[in-house]
Amino acid sequence: MSQARNAAAGGLRQYKKRSQIGSVCRRFAKSKTAMAGLIILIILVLLALLCPLFLDYAADVTGQNIRERLQFPSWQHPFGTDQYGRDVLARVVWGTRISLSASLIIIAIATVVGALLGAIAAYYGGMVDNIIMRVMDIFYALPFNLMAICIVASLGNGMFNLGLACVVGVIPGFTRVFRSAILPIRGQEYIEAARACNTSDGRILLRHILPNALGPIIVQATLNLAITILAIAGLSYIGLGVESPTPEWGTMLSDGRQYMRNYPYLVIFPGLAIMIAAMSLNLIGDGLRDALDPKLKN
Amino acid sequence: MARYILKRLLLMIPVVLGISLLVFSMMELSPGDPAQIILGMRATPEALENLREEMGLNQPFWTRYFNYIVNALQGDFGTSWRTNLPVLNEIVARLLTTVRLALGAMVLVVAIGIPVGILSAVKQYSLLDNVTLTGALILSSMPAFWLGTLLILLFALQLSWLPAMGNNEISGYILPWITLAASYLATLVRMTRSSMLEVIRADYIKMARAKGANERQVILRHALRNALLPIVTIVGMNFAALLGGTVIIEQVFMLNGLGSLAITSVRQLDVPMVMAEVLFIALITSIINLVVDVLYVYIDPRLKSQYVMARKARS
Repeated sequence: MSQARNAAAGGLRQYKKRSQIGSVCRRFAKSKTAMAGLIILIILVLLALLCPLFLDYAADVTGQNIRERLQFPSWQHPFGTDQYGRDVLARVVWGTRISLSASLIIIAIATVVGALLGAIAAYYGGMVDNIIMRVMDIFYALPFNLMAICIVASLGNGMFNLGLACVVGVIPGFTRVFRSAILPIRGQEYIEAARACNTSDGRILLRHILPNALGPIIVQATLNLAITILAIAGLSYIGLGVESPTPEWGTMLSDGRQYMRNYPYLVIFPGLAIMIAAMSLNLIGDGLRDALDPKLKN
Repeated sequence: MARYILKRLLLMIPVVLGISLLVFSMMELSPGDPAQIILGMRATPEALENLREEMGLNQPFWTRYFNYIVNALQGDFGTSWRTNLPVLNEIVARLLTTVRLALGAMVLVVAIGIPVGILSAVKQYSLLDNVTLTGALILSSMPAFWLGTLLILLFALQLSWLPAMGNNEISGYILPWITLAASYLATLVRMTRSSMLEVIRADYIKMARAKGANERQVILRHALRNALLPIVTIVGMNFAALLGGTVIIEQVFMLNGLGSLAITSVRQLDVPMVMAEVLFIALITSIINLVVDVLYVYIDPRLKSQYVMARKARS
C-alpha cells in the first residue's frame, strides 16, 4: 500500500519535474534552426561585449588614416578600409555593440509599456480599454517611417531621439498583441479566486495575469528586436539617426554609397552584418513561437 | 453594408483628427522660428514681427490648430514655407510616383506570394518548401535599402541592364519594385503557407477529396477560400506598411515621391508640407484598412450572415 503511494508520489514528482519552462526549452533546443540562431546571437553578443578589449574606439574605429584609404579587402584589413582609411571590420564589429544595445533597450522599454497598457486595457475593459486602444489606433494609422521622421523633425537627430521614435513606433503593435494575449486570461477562475482573496488589482495584473501571458510577449519582443535592428539601420541610412563617424551599420552603408561603384565592399559588409543580426533574432523568434505553441506540443 | 461602411468612415474622423493634432503638436516642438525660415537670416525684427502677425503665428496653439483644420477641410493645406507654393500641388505632383511604386510592389507581392505560399503548403517539407522558407527567412532579415543597393550594384553598375536611378519609365521602376516587395513578400508567403496548412488537414478537405474532386479544385475552391481571411489581413497590413517603406526606397533609387519630399521638408522644417503629407498618408492608410474590413465580409460568409441577422433582428 505504502509502496503504491510512494510510486504515485514518485510519479507525481516525475510529472512535476517537467515544468512548463523546461518543456518549452526542450522543444526549443530540438529545433536546429532556432539553435543556429541562438549560437549566432551569442557570438554577436560576445563580440559586442568584448570588442573594447581588442579595439580602441578612438584609434581603430573612428581614427582616420588617409594614407590607407579605400584599400580592398586583404589579410591586414579583411573587410578593406573606407574613404578615411578606417578598418571596415573594426567598424562593423563595433557596430554590433551599438545596434544590439540600442535595440535591446528600445524593446525592453516598449515591452514594459506595451505589456502594462495591454494588461490594463484587457483587465479593466470598457471605457479604459476603448480609450487606450483608440489612442493606439491613431499611432497605428501612421506608417512607422513617417512617425519616426516627424519625431526626429521635432526633436532633432541623434541616437536618443531615434530610440524614442522606435519605441513609439513599436508600442501600438505590442499593446494590441499583449491585450489579445491577456483577454482570455481575464475570465479565468484563478483570477476570480485571486480577486475573492481581496488581492489588489496591481498584484493581480503583475503576479497572476502577466506571467500567464508571457509566451506571446516573449515571441513578440524577440521578433521585434529584429525589426528594430532593421529600423535603426534604415533611419540612420536616410540620415535621421546616428551620425558619422559613429560606426552604425546603416550610417556606414549610406556613407559608402558614393564609393560603391568602385569599392562595393563598403556597402556589402555593413549590410551583411545587419542581415546576420536580424536573421539570428528571426530564427530564435520563430523557434520560440513554435516551442510555446501548445498545438505543436507533441 | 452601406451602413457599416458609413459607420467605419465616421470612425476614421477621430483617427485622422488625432493624427493631425499629434503631428501639429510635434511640429510645434520643433526648433526654429517659421518667420525666420521664410525671410532668411537677414530679415529685420519688424519684418519678422509683421510676418508672424500675418501668418497668425502669434495666436495661441489651439486657435492655429483649429484654423488649420478648418482650412484643410476646405482643401486649403497652406503654402510651403520654402517655395511659397500651395502644398497641395506639390503633393499631388509627387503622389503619382509613390502610388505607382507602392501599387507595383503590391502587385508583385500578391502575384508571387500567394501562389508560392500555396505550393509550399501543398508540398510541405519538399525541396520547394524548404527553398521557399529559406528564401523568405533571408528576405525578411534583409534591410530593404541594402537589397536595393545590391541590386543597383549588380544590375545597374555591373551588368548595365537597368537604370540605377528612377526615371519615369517602367525600366526605372523594376528595381524599386523588387526591393520594396521583397520583405513583404516574405511575410505573405509564410502567412499563406501556415494558413493553408491549418486548413488543409480539415475534415471538409478530406470530404471534398472523398467526393472525387480533383486536387486543383480541392486546393483552390475548398482550401484557399477558407484560408483567405488571414491572408487578406496580411495583405492589407502590408499595404499600409509598404507605403511607409517607400520613404526609404525612394531615397535609395532617388525617386521624387512623397517619401523623399517628407525627408526634405522635415530637414527644412517646412511644417505645412509635413502636416499635409502625414494627413494624406494617414488617410490612405485608413481607407486601405476599411477596404480590408469590407473585403472580410465578402470572403467570410459567417461575417455576412452576422450582419444580415443583426439587421433582421432590428427590423
